[in-house]
Amino acid sequence: MSMFKVFDVAGSALSAQSLRLNVTASNMANANSVSSSTEETYRARQPIFAAMLKEQFSGQQGSSVGVQVKGIVESQAPLQQQYNPDHPMANEEGYIFLPNVNVVDEMANMISASRSYQSNVEVINTAKQLMMRTLTMGQ
Amino acid sequence: MSKLDNAFGMHEAALKLRAQRMEVLASNLANADTPGYKARDIEFKSVLSSYQSGSTVASKGLKTTHERHLGGNPAALGATTLYRTPLQPSIDGNTVDAHVEKGKFMENALQYQATVSFIDSRIKSLRKALGGN
Repeated sequence: MSMFKVFDVAGSALSAQSLRLNVTASNMANANSVSSSTEETYRARQPIFAAMLKEQFSGQQGSSVGVQVKGIVESQAPLQQQYNPDHPMANEEGYIFLPNVNVVDEMANMISASRSYQSNVEVINTAKQLMMRTLTMGQ
Repeated sequence: MSKLDNAFGMHEAALKLRAQRMEVLASNLANADTPGYKARDIEFKSVLSSYQSGSTVASKGLKTTHERHLGGNPAALGATTLYRTPLQPSIDGNTVDAHVEKGKFMENALQYQATVSFIDSRIKSLRKALGGN
């Protein structure tokens, strides 16, 4: 029965989108994590999505393609450097380093992830309804 | 007996096609944020014409003229998936338009339900004809 694959595909998308939400949450949480050197400072993270094409060739149907998370990359954008000698984390020259998290970007990312999550939940619900309808055929 | 074999007519094939199309559309929606993914869909016209001409590859598989020939995978050969023409392609190479896909998915779900109710009423009338209640 090919329709069971819909649950696999939508389920993989749900886990990928929830991971994206997690990453966004940790970026937002650490938006103001100050440190005294560039190495220790938190950098914004982003998940990399990729289509599961392997399944397409080994599977029988050849039409279902799930999502997988290839990995998580750290942003290489320059960190914010701030002169604040009174800060307890300031280095010898009186500078503190702020993460390169763009809060506006993260908010947009969060909304996009939650919308994608919602539409995949809708897909699962519809598929379930159709399967129930098929099971009660002729009764 | 042969009448009973074809009791559901083309609705049987239609149900299979709808289920497969649902899978394709679900894949599109799942990959709405995947860079480089190209949205796909099943062309109904080609499936219908292959059904009407009686050469349904989907039900028979490949023709074999030798016992060592491979029959092929009938399910994979049934419907050809084509790439969608993008309306607003994004810079990362993704051509999924979530709204279009959602619309198509709902349309397909309704058509599936319609097919199920056609089969349903056929079963009901067969039962009536058989004298059961």
